[in-house]
Amino acid sequence: MDTVPADGLLSASWLLIALPLAGAAVLLLGGRRTDRWGHLLGTATVAAAFVVALACTLQLDERQVAVDLFTFIDSGSLDVRAGLLFDPLSAVFALLITGVGALIHVYSIGYMAHDPRRRRFFAYLNLFVAAMLLLVLGDNYVALYVGWEGVGLASYLLIAFWHERPAAATAAKKAFIMNRVGDVGLALAIFVMFAQLGTVTYEGVFGSVGLLAGGTVTAIGLLLLLGACGKSGQFPLQAWLPDAMEGPTPVSALIHAATMVTAGVYLIARSAPIYDLTETARTVVLCVGAVTLMIGAIAGCAYDDIKKVLAYSTVSQIGYMFLAVGLGPVGYAAAIAHLLTHGFFKAGLFLGAGSVMHAMDDQVDMRRFGGLAKKLPVTFVTFGLGYLALIGFPFLSGYWTKDAIIEAALDRGGVSGWVLGGVAVLGAGLTAFYMTRLMLMTFFGKARWAPSAPGRPTPHPHESPSVMTAPMVLLSIGSVAAGFLLVQAFPLVEWLAPVFGEPEEAEHVVAPALVGIAVTAVMALGVLAAWLFVGRREVPVVAPERVSVVTRAARKALYADAINESLFMRPGQWLTRALVWVDNRGVDGAVNGMAAALGGSSARLGRAQTGFVRTYALGMLGGAVLVAGALLAVTAG
Amino acid sequence: MNSFPFLLLMIVVPAVGAAVVAALPRGRDLLAKQISLGVSLVVLLLAVLATAAFDTDGDRFQLTSSVSWIEDFGVSFALGVDGIALVMLLLVGVLVPVVIGASWDDEPVGTRSMTVFFAWILLLEAMMVGVFAATDVFLFYVFFEAMLVPMYFLIGSFGGPRRQYAAVKFFLYSLVGGLIMLAAVIGLYVVSANQGEGSFAFEVLNAIDIDPDVQKLLFLGFFVAFAIKAPLVPLHTWLPDAGAEAPVGGAVLLVGVLDKVGTFGFLRYCLPLFPDASRDFAPYVLALAVAGVLYAALLAMGQSDMKRLVSYTSVAHFGFIALGIFAFTTEAGTGAVLYMVNHGIATGLLFLVVGMLIARGGSRRIADYGGVAAQAPVLAGVFLVAGLASLALPGTNSFVSEFLVLIGSYPTRPVFTILATVGIILAALYVLLMYQRTMHGPARGLMDGQGLAADAGEPAGPAGGTGATAATATATATATATATATATRTRRVPDLSRREIAVVAPLVALILVLGVYPQPLIDLIEPAVAATVGDVGGDPGGVVPDVDTSGAETEAGN
Repeated sequence: MDTVPADGLLSASWLLIALPLAGAAVLLLGGRRTDRWGHLLGTATVAAAFVVALACTLQLDERQVAVDLFTFIDSGSLDVRAGLLFDPLSAVFALLITGVGALIHVYSIGYMAHDPRRRRFFAYLNLFVAAMLLLVLGDNYVALYVGWEGVGLASYLLIAFWHERPAAATAAKKAFIMNRVGDVGLALAIFVMFAQLGTVTYEGVFGSVGLLAGGTVTAIGLLLLLGACGKSGQFPLQAWLPDAMEGPTPVSALIHAATMVTAGVYLIARSAPIYDLTETARTVVLCVGAVTLMIGAIAGCAYDDIKKVLAYSTVSQIGYMFLAVGLGPVGYAAAIAHLLTHGFFKAGLFLGAGSVMHAMDDQVDMRRFGGLAKKLPVTFVTFGLGYLALIGFPFLSGYWTKDAIIEAALDRGGVSGWVLGGVAVLGAGLTAFYMTRLMLMTFFGKARWAPSAPGRPTPHPHESPSVMTAPMVLLSIGSVAAGFLLVQAFPLVEWLAPVFGEPEEAEHVVAPALVGIAVTAVMALGVLAAWLFVGRREVPVVAPERVSVVTRAARKALYADAINESLFMRPGQWLTRALVWVDNRGVDGAVNGMAAALGGSSARLGRAQTGFVRTYALGMLGGAVLVAGALLAVTAG
Repeated sequence: MNSFPFLLLMIVVPAVGAAVVAALPRGRDLLAKQISLGVSLVVLLLAVLATAAFDTDGDRFQLTSSVSWIEDFGVSFALGVDGIALVMLLLVGVLVPVVIGASWDDEPVGTRSMTVFFAWILLLEAMMVGVFAATDVFLFYVFFEAMLVPMYFLIGSFGGPRRQYAAVKFFLYSLVGGLIMLAAVIGLYVVSANQGEGSFAFEVLNAIDIDPDVQKLLFLGFFVAFAIKAPLVPLHTWLPDAGAEAPVGGAVLLVGVLDKVGTFGFLRYCLPLFPDASRDFAPYVLALAVAGVLYAALLAMGQSDMKRLVSYTSVAHFGFIALGIFAFTTEAGTGAVLYMVNHGIATGLLFLVVGMLIARGGSRRIADYGGVAAQAPVLAGVFLVAGLASLALPGTNSFVSEFLVLIGSYPTRPVFTILATVGIILAALYVLLMYQRTMHGPARGLMDGQGLAADAGEPAGPAGGTGATAATATATATATATATATATRTRRVPDLSRREIAVVAPLVALILVLGVYPQPLIDLIEPAVAATVGDVGGDPGGVVPDVDTSGAETEAGN
């Protein structure tokens, strides 16, 4: 499908980015003057962006529209323009980002009401929305990269929002650094594209990538994947995402669940024409997805921190999406569909968790919860619907979109199809287990409430104000209905056909109905297991020490941090310390020593240092005359 | 052609200004500052007007003027700028007023008068303009050496506790380099004399062919001088000392502009005059450059002194610049020149804001700070902007230049480029580690409540150079009183004053504007870089893609 220049309202799609960016600028530069209405402005800009996105999408009708803004960098053969591409794929992302974004802004008005820095919080959120929109709307890889690191900055600022807490500051730094590791991959991929093809636009690269040697295409695919793994918290760069939960909960909902962390999926889906040409890179994507899916699901079973369980769940669900895009053309639309439904129910779950924390004096330890269903009825119902959608309860969102991925994996056929399908089904069972455990520990059983810190009163849970519950209700409606709408009523596959091509009718290895029944059965087993292990007994207030090796490993998230520390961090620190010593003693000493030797002795150098600049000038002149004389003699002679 | 003597005036005005300020009687500090600021703003205005008069499609060297100086040796006082020199003059024009504003309330060290400080700054400005605007190699050498004198006194008279050591070290290193270069300059003259009439004029020397073996010797002569100035590993160890001990204003000009003479020299002299030697030595230079990117970044992480840390980050940045220059592509070269400008702005801001922090706490040690962001959010915000520009985050000016250097170097030097790209992770580490330790976390070290009454009234910190202002001290006292009243045991760090905000605002604005719309500068720089790349045998038109995509290209252009 050809890209056409934008007309009418679509040529104003840059407003999508400009509105939240202007909001951030006003709030950051305006200072305290904007304290009173800053949160309203921040919410209004994102809501307005949503209206623009909706209007643009309605005008799109199966086209790809280009908006050329200005020359960003033009030097030699490199021509990077600030240009936007509004097509069905970027449209669904724009809607997700601004739609869920606006709801979370509204929620934050209540959630951050008592924070003295609420205005700054909204400025950073606006900044995030602007950068994320640039990421998905840019028409070339450099624009994507700018947005890519821009969301990384917003994520850093928001994780470290309560920067007096050392844990928050460290988590923010860790997120930024691990993302940068991925960014190196993305940057190198862009360098290779430029060196080989002389262009970095989507249109230029996709139009000529077929001319490249297979190995080069695979290299580009793998480098892009490294970038995607960093941003999306996929193996081996997954360890930052759970730590990012140190940020305020609306941030976890918007950035670390619904939007930013799915950017890796966007990158790979957007680069479909590249991955279509490289089976090897696709296989690696598949493996990354499958491995991460299991890591996230296993770790999710062992944590007691409600936000960390949800975070590992996010890691695991994005693993499903990676698995899907790794399957190639059959999986792209399925991945995006799951990404959208996940955006709804996971954002809803996080907002629910925030509501629980609000009620429980900001505690996150589920062993201190229990029996909250009656105290927080709205939270319980909306959270419950999100829970059912996530575990794939029949006919709710997750059921439709996760099943589509599992089917596509099985349809791959052969051993790999069975292995991948099996992993995906097993993951669904584990998802049901850890989420049921979370539900039971939080909302059911006896109340195990306790003061958050010595001297604080025992919390008296109360439902959150309607400014917080309204977004939760809306998201729970999405959690229930989005899957049916996107898979059955208005198939996303067809909407995205201009980007990914017309869907082929796959030959099913296993009948879809059978898959649906099998997955539902495994899910039921997961729920049952959770009830057997957690629900029917008393939950100990302190986590038991004597546990199996598996549980211990799961509690450490399969030792990802330990591995990173022993492989990179500690050797890095030793190296740094050693180099500082070498530089101070060795290099400096050697150069000084050489200078001293040339000057005769260090004592004489010391004496020379006490002299005046005059002396140096004289020495300089004398030396120069000598050298010049020698040169003249040599050359002339 | 425009015959208005912009360049000559840009040298004469600050030089005369320096003399006037130096001649002022003691005690007329305010007048000295006002004159200095006025003079530096005039120079900025001249630089802007010169840019407006410069025609990007015109001759390489413009605004030229030449007066015979030492006729017997063909030395002339020849001035002229290409796009590369012009953007450096703009950088000088911007940074000097900022530095004067930043040093406005500095307390003198010992018995020195601050009027002398401002006189040296103005004299330094004249020398810096001369070194970039000279089109005669001998004249360049004269400015190159003369530039040392004001900087020597700025460090040695107004610096920190080890200022003597640092100043002498700086001077000796530069002197050795300058001496070697002088030999090469004279050698160059001899070569030109052998081929006809001896000359020091750049355009004459650029046109002659030099025997490859002689080229190598002469190249090394220039190269060593420049590699000391824009320090490449292992000749960098003077910079952390000089950068740490220099007063903040001096450090900004030292790292922001003075050291760029080295990279400027690579591009202006080494490449075009000695193209064969440049090609032969390129792999070794690139190895030093990339080693510097990684080595200096690791060292920056290990520093406990903020000013030393910033100095080491500069060594890493100079590695990127050298990579871009010796990759011999138009994209990378343009990126390198842009990097020189952007680094001056970004690192200049970083030095300034670090200096403002030091003025408040009285210590250069990172460990003495903590949790500043909670008390001085504007200071922390500016610190963050400077840090992000230093780690080349997209949206800041440095991203454009670093990206151009890397993407332009990859086609000709993939391995070096990949190694240098790893450096962007290290850059994130050293910036964010310092930021976290000083700005985040609970109040710590000097920011903690211990002994707050004793510290509150002291105007100057032990680090010397940058002292707290009277206003700042008052603010501290007031804030301390409030803090005591509310029974928090945390010392209040005053946020940036109006003067300080006025000083950093232009740099913050440039960082953001040049991050989004760098093209005007690129248009200025590119023609001169393309000519240089052509001199060393590269394709001036830019990188030629490996795959012929002529069919696809036309579509991509739409």
